Amino acid sequence: MLLIQQVVNGLMLGSVYVTVAVAFTLTIGILNFLNFTIPTLFMLAAMMGWSFAAWGLPFGLTEPLAWPLALALGVAVAIAASLVVERFTFRYLRTKHGDSTEHAIPLVSSLGFLLVLENLVRIGYGSDAQRFPGPSADLTLSVGGLFFRIPQVISLVVVALIVLGLAWMMKSSRIGRGLRAIAENPDAAGILGVDTRRVVPVVFMLTGLLCGLAGSLFAVNYGEVSPQMGEDIGSKAIAGMVLGGLGSLWGAVAGGIVIGLIEMLTIHFFGADTVQATVWGALLLTLMIRPQGLFGHNAIGKGKL
Amino acid sequence: MSGYWTGIVTILAINVVFAYGIYLAVATGQLNLGGAGFQALGAYAAAWLCFELDWSPAWTIAAGTVVAGVIGMGIAIPILRLKGVYLVLGTFAFAEVVAGLILNSETLGGAMGLPVPAYIEWQVPVAAAVACALLVFYLMATRFGLAVRSVHDDDVVADLMGVNVRGVRVAAFALGAALAGLSGGLYAHAFSYVEIQGFNASLSIYVLLYVLLGGAQTAWGPLVGAAFFTLLPEAMRSFLPAAKEAIWTAFGVTGDISPPDESWRFVVLGAAVIAMMVFRPEGLVTRDTFAFPRRRSPAAAPTREAAE
Repeated sequence: MLLIQQVVNGLMLGSVYVTVAVAFTLTIGILNFLNFTIPTLFMLAAMMGWSFAAWGLPFGLTEPLAWPLALALGVAVAIAASLVVERFTFRYLRTKHGDSTEHAIPLVSSLGFLLVLENLVRIGYGSDAQRFPGPSADLTLSVGGLFFRIPQVISLVVVALIVLGLAWMMKSSRIGRGLRAIAENPDAAGILGVDTRRVVPVVFMLTGLLCGLAGSLFAVNYGEVSPQMGEDIGSKAIAGMVLGGLGSLWGAVAGGIVIGLIEMLTIHFFGADTVQATVWGALLLTLMIRPQGLFGHNAIGKGKL
Repeated sequence: MSGYWTGIVTILAINVVFAYGIYLAVATGQLNLGGAGFQALGAYAAAWLCFELDWSPAWTIAAGTVVAGVIGMGIAIPILRLKGVYLVLGTFAFAEVVAGLILNSETLGGAMGLPVPAYIEWQVPVAAAVACALLVFYLMATRFGLAVRSVHDDDVVADLMGVNVRGVRVAAFALGAALAGLSGGLYAHAFSYVEIQGFNASLSIYVLLYVLLGGAQTAWGPLVGAAFFTLLPEAMRSFLPAAKEAIWTAFGVTGDISPPDESWRFVVLGAAVIAMMVFRPEGLVTRDTFAFPRRRSPAAAPTREAAE
């Protein structure tokens, strides 16, 4: 029974990873850009949500309305930050020399943004973890001897809705078709009337939105935010994305859940200290044996835009 | 020299050796984001041999170099089939696995770390850094260096011209891993202590930034990059409080002005990285930096323009 409970916990943890992994996989699949600011945006949304709530913003609202609005403002900050990142990283992808490390340019500037944003938050609010004044995370629901924490169940539903909405958007909407066309071949997409400069920022807005939502869900579920919270989640999400296959939406979903399960089962059987080795070991093995992951196709990462 | 300066010179020399290790991989177009893993291997090999078997520093550092180089070669053969983003992730994952394994190893002290009884003076890392720089300059001037450069610029053409692309990549990656291991061994003995928390993802990121911002086209790049980005935070340690005081005084604030937060140094560093990528993505030092004083034949100029 304890084992089944761990599986349930793993699924719940996996749902946070899924949201961040989807953000990673979108930027890689469409733009071939490993965006290292994603964990920072996740942290930024949660920290800003906390600080808005702590300042007593939004103005004078009473308890049940205050923290969701504060979190919504946090998400808005994350989206704005993501657009700033787009302005300074992705616009400069084309280089003069065209050598084999050119794809590193946006990656390197996203590392720069990681340093800037994380340390600005540290300067503003200190390095300590802060308690998020959300609803109690201890509300539990007991079904057949298994415990489900209610905020986590709600998060799971929210994540499922986000992923389904995103899948619909990519498949059927005009903007989704544009994004898929850019992923296939940016030059051809441009010739056929997709305005790259207008469509690319959409990817970054989605990134900010996904990270912001993931950060908010994390803040509500675990009741704690800190400037370091993005690092662990970010690395697990990367592992999930690679496991599922770069650029694949459903791969990121499956990979995120698998990583959540691996983490919980490793803790159950071997203790918390071995998590780092097993999660990254799984990732390294995947890259060596089947680099395209479970669902990816091997066209990703071979020079786009 | 005062203790403060010997500390800075030591860390600078270690960073230069480390940066040359990553540079050799980057020079073949392989981004190695697992530098901390190779440095940790060298550092722990040296620390363990010194602590448990009482070897002298010369032998432990050599052993650390060999361990990191051999493991680097072992990992290079499967991992260098990957390209671009996959390779970045693969090397990154490797460093995390190394850190995770050391963290769980009883013999290597786990989270407690290992003390290193034998101490080396600052002259040793400096001598090692000079030797490394000379070695890499020499290598880049040989036929092997030419092959490295051709693989970096276009691996398909290099292959067609008879360069053993895979061999060059594996050799450069493994040699780079050995140099990273050497820097680890130096670190272990210079600071008398190793703990795995020090060899984290940020370290891998910083050392790759040294190389890319210094410029991967010539062997000057890692030297300039490591020097610039090791000394910049130190320079800011005194510059930032002065700047804050000047700004506050200009706005009419008087009295006791508290020094700015330590984190500002990293904000400035990050902003410098972003600005570099916008204005000079090829790095501080490029081939053109040295081509400038040479006389170009007037006929060649338009052809070069047309080619671009």
